[in-house]
Amino acid sequence: MYLSLSDWTARRQAAGAHPAATVAFKASPTVIALGIVSMLTDISSESVAAILPLYITGALGLSMVAYGFLDGLNQGTSAIVRIAAGYTADRTNRPKPVAVVGYGLSMVARIGLLFAQGFAGITAIIGADRIGKGIRTAPRDAMIQSSSQPEHLARSFGIHRMLDTIGATIGPFLAFVVLLLVPDGYRVVFVVSLAAAILGVAVLGLIVPNLRLRRPVAETAGAPSESKIGLPARPSVRFRDVVKGRLRYVLFAAGLLGLVTVGDGFVYLALMDHGHLQTYWFPLLFVGSNAVFLALAIPLGRLADRTSRAGVFIVGHLALAASYLCAGLDGSIPIVLLCLVLLGAFYAATDGVLAALAGQISPEGATSTGIASAQTVVAVTRLVASTGFGFLWFLFGAGPVMIGAAVMMTLLVPVAWRVISKRITQPVDRAAP
Amino acid sequence: MTGQTQWSTRRVRWIALVAVAAIALAGSVIYALQAYQRYQDRSSGVSAASVTEQLPSGSRIVFRNTASGEGYGKIAAVPLDDPHGPRGLGDVACDRVYAAEGLVSCMRIIRGIPTTFETQILDSAGRQIQAWSLPGIPSRTRISNDGLVATTAFVTGHSYATNSFSTETTIRGTDGRDYGNLENFRMLINGSELTAIDRNVWGVTFASDDAFFATVASGGKTWLVSGSLQDKTLTSVVENAECPSISPDGTRVAFKKRRAGVGAVHWDIAVLDLAAGDETRIPLERSVDDQIEWLDNDTMLFGEPREGAVGDSDILSLRPVANAKPQLFIEHAWSPSVER
Repeated sequence: MYLSLSDWTARRQAAGAHPAATVAFKASPTVIALGIVSMLTDISSESVAAILPLYITGALGLSMVAYGFLDGLNQGTSAIVRIAAGYTADRTNRPKPVAVVGYGLSMVARIGLLFAQGFAGITAIIGADRIGKGIRTAPRDAMIQSSSQPEHLARSFGIHRMLDTIGATIGPFLAFVVLLLVPDGYRVVFVVSLAAAILGVAVLGLIVPNLRLRRPVAETAGAPSESKIGLPARPSVRFRDVVKGRLRYVLFAAGLLGLVTVGDGFVYLALMDHGHLQTYWFPLLFVGSNAVFLALAIPLGRLADRTSRAGVFIVGHLALAASYLCAGLDGSIPIVLLCLVLLGAFYAATDGVLAALAGQISPEGATSTGIASAQTVVAVTRLVASTGFGFLWFLFGAGPVMIGAAVMMTLLVPVAWRVISKRITQPVDRAAP
Repeated sequence: MTGQTQWSTRRVRWIALVAVAAIALAGSVIYALQAYQRYQDRSSGVSAASVTEQLPSGSRIVFRNTASGEGYGKIAAVPLDDPHGPRGLGDVACDRVYAAEGLVSCMRIIRGIPTTFETQILDSAGRQIQAWSLPGIPSRTRISNDGLVATTAFVTGHSYATNSFSTETTIRGTDGRDYGNLENFRMLINGSELTAIDRNVWGVTFASDDAFFATVASGGKTWLVSGSLQDKTLTSVVENAECPSISPDGTRVAFKKRRAGVGAVHWDIAVLDLAAGDETRIPLERSVDDQIEWLDNDTMLFGEPREGAVGDSDILSLRPVANAKPQLFIEHAWSPSVER
């Protein structure tokens, strides 16, 4: 009997003769459970995020100024923690406990929020919440990968991102409904948020199976076994190997495009700059692009599985370029709507698809590290882009900067495509005769 | 593991999940109902402060009443010669309030989906003269001798993950005068023009019909700036100064000064003598986060959140000398302004 290096490889080869279209899709209960965990956690975090500025100023009587000072620090910490957590999940071969720590930390932060009054307390809690988010993301995505059909990987990620985005949309809405019913009921929002977080951790702990990312080495053919008594040995995951493999092309391409990805916040500001929208509509713009994101997450994941994940990821950036262009040109209502559709399409084409792409080509036993590396590269380059664009924005104004960014993105997309297209092919494509 | 034990383990897990869900849901609902009850008590119960029906006229201290019970969040005032006596309550609820020259500037949050913000301008009897919408959360407001209103609002992004926050400070009158967003004024910091995108302006205090002071921030630094409405300029005076407030005799400016060192932000109060240029720093045990208001030339007032009571605060008084200690001035109050 032939035993391959991993379950995933085995299934891939078993499916080798069939293109993605002919392998029947079956949604994994684990992916759906993880999607529900993310949905509950997003309800929890986004409901608090939506009202936190009001709480800090209105109830605690603090100004927001000090809040801005500490924000940058948290973003840096989150990136480092993300890779460390991915690496730990790979080393231990058990992503679930790492994910539980991440979701659990954010849950504990919600308890702290009920008691914090001072500024230091609030910032510590927000920091803990962010670190929790950094910890959980990569192990969770590795679990999605290992429990999905390899032919339908991007579609599985699409299911997860759809559920996740539903949570991010419900959260703020829920918070404002609570505040309407109970004026000054900030703590009610915190309690509801805590309840959602507890429920999320409970679904993760009780329902999601404690998956292993790879089979014990002793069972694998050809691999040197360090254990003589049949216990699984741990092949060491080396971070260097992860970033030296084919993944480096994905990291390079994603980083390149990340350098001209300035985030939806800037697009909304550019739309506001035309003067047709009041600032208080700002939160609803997020709701609009989220709605498109959740509607397109699965269809675009399917498209990526049938054609090319790398292709959909890269071409998805053209939707972002188009949204820059329309935000730079006009701010009338039809243009605003078009912009939101393009932004939603961009997120649907890139967020889950990048995780699928990075997971697909990471070396055996290093999927969490691989996914974490790709997500960190994107987060860091986008932060650099936002800072740089901020300065250009002031020098040249919103319109020219958005149009310039659209042009830059359009030029970089073929470059990224060249970097990636020859080196990364779909596993099913390669295995097909 | 046999199929049967696997099944029963799964059943136990699902039962546990349903139990957690039921407890979480019931807990939230019970808490929400209690909070609603507390809100009812707080807004309609007996006030924690002694109150009268009518706002006093003449020289008075106008503030936001934060005593739980009837009148929570509403405009209140005490006579200047009896600040510790019972407070008169107005009808309008505000988050920040300032009264001067027969006008009241009332900045408020209007809850809803989406939540909106506005500035209402009231006359001395509490009738609305004008209102305009604000781009964000109310923060600071002041009124000049000739009736110009300065407001500062915090404009925040949707999520704390987006690192987007800025202030918008505008100056406008009820007569149609509008100086717009002060961010568009020409800024001179130590002689050179500030062009950074992250520049922010907040906390205006009026010195005359034309001159005012404010805070400019950029790159994590802050400056006290003197402004001119005529020339549309802001010129730096000293570094590390926020939320200035000019003394009634116009000789000194008091502001928040950030204590050096990393970790939690701690603001002390400092007073700058404008003619001599020297600064008196008053180190405080608790950090201050308010714009100072001068009671008279020898007394400053500021609000401080009450420990252990979210949503309640007190107004403290402080003498403008180096070793001064804050004293409780008006209990359960916020956002003081002195109408002489």
